[in-house]
Amino acid sequence: MTVRVQTVDFDISHEINQLRQSRKDIGAVVSFVGLVRDLNEGDDVSQLTLEHYPGMTEKSLVAIIAQAKHRWRIMDALIVHRVGTLLPSDQIVLVIITSAHRGDAFSACEYVMDYLKTEAPFWKKEENSTGSHWIDAKSSDDEARDRWNIEK
Amino acid sequence: MKIKLFYFARLKETLKYSTEDLELTDSTVTILKLKAILAKRGDVWGQMLMGKLKVRAAINHELVDDKAMIKDGDEVAFFPPVTGG
Repeated sequence: MTVRVQTVDFDISHEINQLRQSRKDIGAVVSFVGLVRDLNEGDDVSQLTLEHYPGMTEKSLVAIIAQAKHRWRIMDALIVHRVGTLLPSDQIVLVIITSAHRGDAFSACEYVMDYLKTEAPFWKKEENSTGSHWIDAKSSDDEARDRWNIEK
Repeated sequence: MKIKLFYFARLKETLKYSTEDLELTDSTVTILKLKAILAKRGDVWGQMLMGKLKVRAAINHELVDDKAMIKDGDEVAFFPPVTGG
């Protein structure tokens, strides 16, 4: 498993190829890419700045992957999260899961994103026409995470 | 005991601190107690740490609740609920 926090952009094809390499037992690759939108709660967004807690961030991402591995049969996982200043349509986050079958990879990918959004120490500051402000956490993200404790 | 403190996002910006070393005379300090000690520094400290805003805490990079005990040499961080992804 790999986790990276970086300012530079990522290339999903390159990352998938790296995970696959010479393995011939992978039957499914599921990926998620999060993007910066130009609209958030009705405001035009001109840019987004992401801050994180170096050290804790990497540890929490590794722990989230470990939980997913414990729960589903997955072969490998990659998380790349960008920090610094990003513009609308920029890529923010990438999650890739490889497994023998699609079901495990789909579930694990969604699980990783739900936990990343509520437990990994990243914070977004948004810039729009009215100035800049820190984005508040959404209770819907907590709910998305918590349903994993109810569902099988 | 001596601890290292970190603040992030809105807390860092409002408190105008990103990190500090702190010496505590009390040897049994919980997160809640530490918040109360820091809140005594004045207005914004009280508002940020003991006010209406949700504050999360970590000890040595692990998320903890208000009851968690702090030990000598710990790295403690305060920050708002996370908003990555």
